[in-house]
Amino acid sequence: MSVTRPPVGAPEIRRLDPVLEPGHTYASVTDKIAAVVLTRPLGIGWLAGFTLTFSLVMLLFGSLAWLIVKGVGIWGINIPIGWGFAIVNFVWWIGIGHAGTLISAILFLLNQKWRTSINRFAEAMTLFAVACAGIFPLIHTGRPWMAYYMMPYPSTMGIWPQFRSPLIWDVFAVSTYGTVSLLFWFIGLLPDLATLRDRAKNRFQQLIYGALALGWRGSAHHWHRYQSAYLLLAGLATPLVLSVHTVVSFDFAVAIVPGWHTTIFPPYFVAGAIYSGFAMVLTLAIPLRKVYGLEDFITMRHLDNMAKVMLATGLIVAYGYFVEFFMAFYSGNKFDVFLAQQRLHGPYAHYYYALILCNILTPQLLWFEKVRRNVAALFVMSLVINTGMWLERFVIVVISLTRDFVPSAWGRYQPTFWDFSTFIGTLGLFVMLIFLFVRGLPAIAISEMRELVAHESHSGGDHK
Amino acid sequence: MSEHANDKELRILQGAPQNEAAHDDGHDHEHEDHAEDDTLRDFTLDLAAVRERLKEKSGKQYWRTLEELADDPHFRDLLHREFPLHASEWDDAVDRRNFLKLMGASLAFAGLAGCGRPDVTHIVPYVKQPDGMVLGKPNFYATAMPFGADAVGVLVESHEGRPTKIEGNPDHPSSLGSTDALVQASILNLYDPDRAQTVLENGEIRSWSAFLDAAQELASAIKAQNGAGFRILTGTVTSPTLAWQLRKLLAQYPLAKWHQWEPASGDGAREGAKLAFGRNLNTVYMPGKANVILSLDSDFLASGPGHIAYAKQYARRRKLDGPNDTLNRLYVVEPTPTVTGSSADHRLPLRAGDIELFARALAGKLGLSSPVPLSGEAAKWLEAVAKDLQKERRASLVVAGEYQPAAVHALAHAINASLGNVGTTLYYTEPVEAESTGNLESLRELCADMDAGKVDLLLILGGNPLYDAPHDFDFTSKLKRVPTAIHLSPYYDETSVYCHWHVSESHYLETWSDARAYDGTATIIQPLIAPLYYSRSAHDVVAAFSDKPGLPAYDAVRAYWTEASAHHDSSIDVAWRKWLNDGVVPATKFAPIAPELKFSATSLPVFKPSPADQIEFIFRPDPNVYDGRFANNGWLQELPKPVTKLTWDNALLVSPKLAQKLDLAHKIASRGGEHGQVRSTVVDVALNGSKVTAATWTLPGHAENSVVLPLGYGRTLAGFTGSNKGFNAYAVRTSNALWVASDGKITPTGDDYPLACTQYHFNMEGRQILSTGTLAEYQKNPAFAHEGVGAPTKDDSLYKEFEYKGYAWGMAIDLNKCNGCNACVVACQSENNIPVVGKDQVMRGREMHWIRIDRYYANSESAASGKATGDPTEYNPSLDNPQTFFQPVPCQQCENAPCEQVCPVGATSHSAEGLNDMVYNRCIGTRYCSNNCPYKVRRFNFLRFQDWDTPQLKLLRNPEVSVRSRGVMEKCTYCVQRINNGRIEAEKQNRPIRDGEIVTACESACPSEAIVFGNANDPNSRVAKLKAQQRNYSLLGELNARPRTTYLAAVRNPNAELEKA
Repeated sequence: MSVTRPPVGAPEIRRLDPVLEPGHTYASVTDKIAAVVLTRPLGIGWLAGFTLTFSLVMLLFGSLAWLIVKGVGIWGINIPIGWGFAIVNFVWWIGIGHAGTLISAILFLLNQKWRTSINRFAEAMTLFAVACAGIFPLIHTGRPWMAYYMMPYPSTMGIWPQFRSPLIWDVFAVSTYGTVSLLFWFIGLLPDLATLRDRAKNRFQQLIYGALALGWRGSAHHWHRYQSAYLLLAGLATPLVLSVHTVVSFDFAVAIVPGWHTTIFPPYFVAGAIYSGFAMVLTLAIPLRKVYGLEDFITMRHLDNMAKVMLATGLIVAYGYFVEFFMAFYSGNKFDVFLAQQRLHGPYAHYYYALILCNILTPQLLWFEKVRRNVAALFVMSLVINTGMWLERFVIVVISLTRDFVPSAWGRYQPTFWDFSTFIGTLGLFVMLIFLFVRGLPAIAISEMRELVAHESHSGGDHK
Repeated sequence: MSEHANDKELRILQGAPQNEAAHDDGHDHEHEDHAEDDTLRDFTLDLAAVRERLKEKSGKQYWRTLEELADDPHFRDLLHREFPLHASEWDDAVDRRNFLKLMGASLAFAGLAGCGRPDVTHIVPYVKQPDGMVLGKPNFYATAMPFGADAVGVLVESHEGRPTKIEGNPDHPSSLGSTDALVQASILNLYDPDRAQTVLENGEIRSWSAFLDAAQELASAIKAQNGAGFRILTGTVTSPTLAWQLRKLLAQYPLAKWHQWEPASGDGAREGAKLAFGRNLNTVYMPGKANVILSLDSDFLASGPGHIAYAKQYARRRKLDGPNDTLNRLYVVEPTPTVTGSSADHRLPLRAGDIELFARALAGKLGLSSPVPLSGEAAKWLEAVAKDLQKERRASLVVAGEYQPAAVHALAHAINASLGNVGTTLYYTEPVEAESTGNLESLRELCADMDAGKVDLLLILGGNPLYDAPHDFDFTSKLKRVPTAIHLSPYYDETSVYCHWHVSESHYLETWSDARAYDGTATIIQPLIAPLYYSRSAHDVVAAFSDKPGLPAYDAVRAYWTEASAHHDSSIDVAWRKWLNDGVVPATKFAPIAPELKFSATSLPVFKPSPADQIEFIFRPDPNVYDGRFANNGWLQELPKPVTKLTWDNALLVSPKLAQKLDLAHKIASRGGEHGQVRSTVVDVALNGSKVTAATWTLPGHAENSVVLPLGYGRTLAGFTGSNKGFNAYAVRTSNALWVASDGKITPTGDDYPLACTQYHFNMEGRQILSTGTLAEYQKNPAFAHEGVGAPTKDDSLYKEFEYKGYAWGMAIDLNKCNGCNACVVACQSENNIPVVGKDQVMRGREMHWIRIDRYYANSESAASGKATGDPTEYNPSLDNPQTFFQPVPCQQCENAPCEQVCPVGATSHSAEGLNDMVYNRCIGTRYCSNNCPYKVRRFNFLRFQDWDTPQLKLLRNPEVSVRSRGVMEKCTYCVQRINNGRIEAEKQNRPIRDGEIVTACESACPSEAIVFGNANDPNSRVAKLKAQQRNYSLLGELNARPRTTYLAAVRNPNAELEKA
């Protein structure tokens, strides 16, 4: 990537912002990032936020306990709508969980330097999102304590899972993705954990970070193996980014339900996932850089790039919506045609229009650089897109089921208190984990930032 | 007949010895109970008395005293009686000390009470198995369910002494092997935990012997007055023994009177026969012999005496094996859509009050009286019907409705006579009911006597007059004037509260009795089980007032039949065993008589039809809870009513046009929606000086200015299941307008009310779901059902074809025969231990029926706006009288089953014989299978729907079917337990399973023989032959799921003359 340095004193004609504001040294980068974890006192804001999200986690636990006591009948699902909020939330969370690995692995392989300052918390976000997502497939079953039947274990009855079912593919896809994401994230953390260990202010921190650093001493051997492992994992994670949501989309595409049975689903789901993932990264990055003064590291360049990715994936998603409609009418399949009409005129039409507004119309503003550089606008837009993506899953999962083949069986769905409490509970869990993360681990990869300092000063020197 | 071979064989194999066992059993019990009663007669002891005794003792003596008490036989008796609901100690405030004493007593005797009835029960395993009983193998006993002026002969499946399932008796004329929803559900009433369980005097528990003493005391007082002041109120009595007992009783008390009141059976037929023939006669129809049938507001296929047999005979004429077959033709004129009207080839909605005019016009057209002008659609109709009837002289039939006035019945008799139908398509017999008194007049007389203080002792045998008597009779206040009222009924209901004595009534499966069918054939009702509670039959209660108090019902029935059949006591034994075995008493069918018609249509007084725009209010029994007697039956409450598909409530039924005029609306709720919950406008109905608030239901095909108030709801003391459901139509029903009222007013209150409706959308949306055609179309193109449907080939599948070397089970459902009566739904529920989920869960779209009956209206165009298709409140002229079709949908058992492919754990998988087996133990409840099922026949246990705690309901369950817990999917299994039983029998005899040997529960219940199950691999099986017909098609065949349940397209036989118009 060739970066042309703009002439000093003419900032308005700069085409690209730096990925790291000038003037940073190895030490300043390390200080600034490590300080958030090690020295910064607990602010009232953090405590309040943590308390709020912790109470939401308690709500989640309460809802899950009640679910186990009573059964899935406490939700709004019924016949014909066998899947409701649980699956909507699962797909939504899994989608959000795509950005991290995409940023870390794919952009890493593509040697995109700007990924450096956002990859760590994007990966953390991925893990937390996958954790939230992982709750749902388990608890949405009628008998969660029997869910291990989905694993291919040597049972005395000699029964295997039914491998033709996309739900089994899901089990493997999501668990693999979760495992690889965790490893990737943890390996990437090692040098930073060592930094924290070395800079720790007390014995407790030293012990914790020391144990987690796995004896990292920063030798050339370590760095060599570290980088090979990181590259290998990036290579492993890359196909997973594409495969997970493809497999999740098979849950629907393989079924015969009108509105589900579509070949466009795999690419459209993957694009949607990246779309929502980047939106979520923005949702988190904007307050983070503001609160912890990390504007130098997460620069306008990052925000601008992420906005562009959102615009691109948003357009793919829009294309997906279009193709769904087109294929419904082009195929002439009366069930698909009917469903397409129902989306526009049926009882849930307003959800569909809201979805179009959130996911197709709103991101068109991103064509304008002014919008991409308006932090507040980006923040709002990221929330809108995340709402839109949730609506998309609702429209696909629920609305398709309300109007399938036999009109006598048509029904409607309305979530109950427990549907909402479980969903909000996972939001709480997600944000609470983020809260813990920013105070417990370096939210930006220190070692990589130091590389960037080296790189920037090096390339900067070239230009001078 | 062949499908009943199974039942028959079972009975022949096991018949005689079992019946002997049953009879001995019953007999013994009667004697035991009696003996027990004798020992208990001398004293009464209740908890108040115990407390008194305990009070007398001071602390140290306490425990010793308790032991003494425990040995006291009086006390033991008390314990046997269980601690009752109305126990006296709850009436007054119990201080702490007494409370502790009582608790101590309860604890001390808990051990004793826990043993049940130690002096009766011998807990010893069978050393030698009773003759005919093999543990784990059910026995079948023949008996009959008395209902109104009919009794349906049944074979009851009994597992180790517990009746679990009711099947039709092929030898019984009212059943012919089939049943209906009410008969199927009646077994749940037996095990209803809310039944009254003891004898009560003013709410206090009494022993039966105490009642006998009291009865004798009352009897002697009445005897002194020669019976004056003694009144007996019964429902329709078809039991010859009961009638005989009552007559003997009346002979003892010459001034006593017997009254009858049946709230939901009309006097029209009786009065009409009197008008036509000068006396009451019973009309027996033979719809199978008629080529053209006209129903004047008669729902003869689904209600009224003989309807199961009629439906069977009618459906046999709807058989269509090839284009050369002919069909009969059914015309129905009716105000509100019924099962019969929905099956008609032509249906004319007409106000109930206008039907007489139509009947007069028809008589005029046929030259029986001067012509009567009709207008509009009716005139055209009349022309065509009259021609058609005349064309089929001696092979046509006019049936008058039960709730139509006498004139319509008389006209129907006259028309049938003039068409020469008497003797060919119908015949007359002596009345089936033992005493032919007009319902209404009889009750009126009783009320007048009660009001005048002439009644000293009122014996109410069954029924619930306080709830269902016309409200202008004000039965409550009159009942309060009666010094002693005794009520025999299965529940402690609205009437019981105001009676001094209440005797719990035995279920028909618990007692000896007898009953006549609609054609007079008598059946001995034999008990399947000893009474579950301290209940008694009407025979016992009547005997209590006779000179033979305590005469067991068995002895009474035996005595009557010994006398009636002129057998000597010794020789009756052989015959008796055969009667019990067969379920019918031979040669008791009434002989046809040829009465002289003394009626001329010209003699009728001038008929003044009410103004065309006047709204009439008609009262009809509810199709499920009937007159209210089945209100506490969860199966029937949750059963979607045949046409409206409403559950758990009744609603004021209105036509779409009237709904538009009155601005009545349905709001499809966002929870449950079309498959669950619809909020409908609530109205106040002011009628006959009284007012009731009701939810409304807009029903396509309803006569425009007619509204129906279904009876049987709004019970206040029906029990846990039935109380406070729906609105009480009896509250606005008066004696002068028992069936049709006018001058009422409907005012919307502005509220709405949630109704649980299992199928709201009635438009097929142009999909190939219910294939229909006319006979002409069928003759032109017998394969019309396949027209325009892209049938995929077998190769259009990714998966390998299954191979079936042995059996390949399949089902064919003839939509031409199905009339939507619901018998199969309840039969399935009973056979397969399907839980009742309650109104709230139905409203969420979670009902559990494994087979449902979908109702569609043909040609219901979507409204002009292009949306809300299938919503009756969006008025559209096509809803005024749409063609209605029913489609039973069980699991389709697909060959390429979409459910099997998506189950992650293989909990639903293909069996070697082609079933989609459901493995409950393996199911983890992802519900993916249900989502992927295009027919939505899978049912999920969202919560723990089964009642695992009520002991009575444990007895009810079919031991051959798993009781599912929460979190698992379930669905129709083609009654796999019956398949396996059939296989075991066949393998024992080393032969293949015979066609018709295995009968699914739905098939066996179906009065229309519309459902046929069998081995599709055998080209000679009935099912394979049906599937080979050109009418045979797969539901949504284009999906290539290749269902094993296939349908035969419905073919209607419209009159070309009316079609043109």
